[in-house]
Amino acid sequence: MQNVVQINAVQKIYSMGENQVHALRGVDLSINTGEFVAIMGASGSGKSTLMNILGCLDQPTAGKYTLSGQRVDNMNKDQLADIRASSIGFVFQGFNLLSRTTTLENVELPTQYLRHRKLANPRQRAIDMLSLVGLEDRLDHVPNQLSGGQQQRVAIARALVNEPSILLADEPTGNLDSKRSAEIMVLFQQLNAQGITIVMVTHEDEIAAFAKRTIVVRDGLIQSDTLN
Amino acid sequence: MLFSIFQTAFKNILRNRMRTLLTVLGIVIGVGAVIIMVAVGKGSEATIQKQIESMGTNLLMVYPRAFSSGGVRMSGTSRTSLKLKDVQSIKEQSTLLQGVSGRVRLNEQVIAEGKNWNTSIEGVNPDYQEIRDWHLAHGDFFDDYDVRQSRKVAVLGATTAQELFGDASVAVGKKIRIRTVPFTVIGVLQSKGASGPGGDQDDVIMAPLNTVYYRLSGRNFINDIYVSAVSIDKMNEAQAELEDILRRIHRIKAGQNDDFMVRNQSDILSTATDMTKTFTLLLSAIAGISLLVGGIGIMNIMLVSVTERNREIGIRMALGARGKDILLQFLIESVVLCVLGGLLGIAFALAVCYGLEKWTEMTTVIDSSIMLIAFSFSAAVGIFFGYYPASKAAKLNPIDALRYE
Ligand SMILES: Nc1ncnc2c1ncn2[C@@H]1O[C@H](COP(=O)(O)OP(=O)(O)OP(=O)(O)O)[C@@H](O)[C@H]1O
Ligand SMILES: [Mg+2]
Repeated sequence: MQNVVQINAVQKIYSMGENQVHALRGVDLSINTGEFVAIMGASGSGKSTLMNILGCLDQPTAGKYTLSGQRVDNMNKDQLADIRASSIGFVFQGFNLLSRTTTLENVELPTQYLRHRKLANPRQRAIDMLSLVGLEDRLDHVPNQLSGGQQQRVAIARALVNEPSILLADEPTGNLDSKRSAEIMVLFQQLNAQGITIVMVTHEDEIAAFAKRTIVVRDGLIQSDTLN
Repeated sequence: MLFSIFQTAFKNILRNRMRTLLTVLGIVIGVGAVIIMVAVGKGSEATIQKQIESMGTNLLMVYPRAFSSGGVRMSGTSRTSLKLKDVQSIKEQSTLLQGVSGRVRLNEQVIAEGKNWNTSIEGVNPDYQEIRDWHLAHGDFFDDYDVRQSRKVAVLGATTAQELFGDASVAVGKKIRIRTVPFTVIGVLQSKGASGPGGDQDDVIMAPLNTVYYRLSGRNFINDIYVSAVSIDKMNEAQAELEDILRRIHRIKAGQNDDFMVRNQSDILSTATDMTKTFTLLLSAIAGISLLVGGIGIMNIMLVSVTERNREIGIRMALGARGKDILLQFLIESVVLCVLGGLLGIAFALAVCYGLEKWTEMTTVIDSSIMLIAFSFSAAVGIFFGYYPASKAAKLNPIDALRYE
């Protein structure tokens, strides 16, 4: 099995004037291709901080991060942006779709930031991703014409459009009721079955149960790492 | 990539039509004002030039001058230094001058067939007709004999003939009274048409110099002297000769200031165009300031838009946009706004100039270079005032931008 994520002794320290917040205190983690990982932990334990570093939205203060065999912890802002465009699909709790922009345009958006390779047909790829999440008949809807669950599906289609090596989701069901949450989780399982590597943060045990592996974070350290 | 940025820019601009319109209005007015001001300025320049040229070529004019002695301006002598006998002396002594005419100007009430008209009375010599390039529509001009005899004959300008008799063709042979002095109309001039700051050139009555001088003016001096050189290439020599003669007959010693001033056509033309050029420059500078103010309006709106769209910026960055992509997006948006304003401004200016030409007597000259300049300037304003908000957007940290509500 191929190693997608490899992080060693990763620390993150936020300095706010005199105060220093030690959000991550030396995290080691490796995730292989095809895994479906749930990250759990109390509020403030450092889950989002870890996800942001995994998603190249933020840089670790110390430690090593290798993504698909490439060192990313010492990259500059532009290189990180390119990595985000080509290798990472991010799904947020609040969906984060562009308002007054159609479903199709939202899903197509990341393709314009792809720099080092090209999709054969970005428009078709976006349509394919939307049918993958079951929204092929909603191409021209704008976000506020869609339910929360549908919006999150659009966000998932958008995250997948550039063929990323990993799908990261920070509390993807946080804004959804249990029925919609279960639907999203079933979708994640289907995607995972097709070989897509998924890491998601959740507070709920029922949601984490859909994953194959559960990691619990506490006070900036990994407390447990178990296979379900 | 660039195409999709333009697409996004247009979409954002169209999304908020009312705001776009108000934002762009500053640029529209700025660009429009610059073009209109320059067009009006150039138009009046052209009008004045035409008017001055219509006075006749190879023309020299002699004016009295207030000469100063040791820095003290001798005001008493200012307007009285040209005498009636100067005209005859110049005529006798010159070799390079073709026509010479003195001129006395008065404003008088004229009565004909019970109608009243206030007009400019010019007492001149017969040469005046040729010097100033006047042509007759009806009748004849007076001759030297009429001048010597101080005969009471008059030639009417087209406007005056129209006002007094309603129809210029019936005027010849009729009697008119200037103040209390009766005159016989012997001719009517063709219209020169050109009017402007100097007033209507056709609103005039011409009569023999001596008649006006002795019977109407009650003065011991004349207003000015009009002279034409034998040819255009002898203008400078003719002017020098004329100055020599005048200095001699006015007994001005070497080193003393002249009590007259000779000006030629090109002097007058350049003074007049200098004046209108300054005027045009001033007007366009004021218009330029409004363009600048329009630019500040754009900057204001772009700053608001960056703050409003913090979340959008965060999303785009999280999806892989570089800072440069965001910078370009906002910069292009601001340039598109300004260019749109520039185009509307040009259309606005063309419409206003068309209206001015059609419904007023103003002449406007629109040249394409000023349109190009105003247009490029508006694009430059877009880049200049768009850069700060755009770079502010580009420097955002994606995590902070996403967290922004
Ligand atoms: N930008 C920041 N500046 C300063 N401190 C921060 C910043 N972001 C996070 N922290 C701190 O780092 C710690 C970890 O935060 P993080 O957001 O990773 O927690 P979390 O596990 O995601 O919590 P939650 O379950 O509530 O989302 C917290 O103590 C938080 O206050
Ligand atoms: Mg969190």
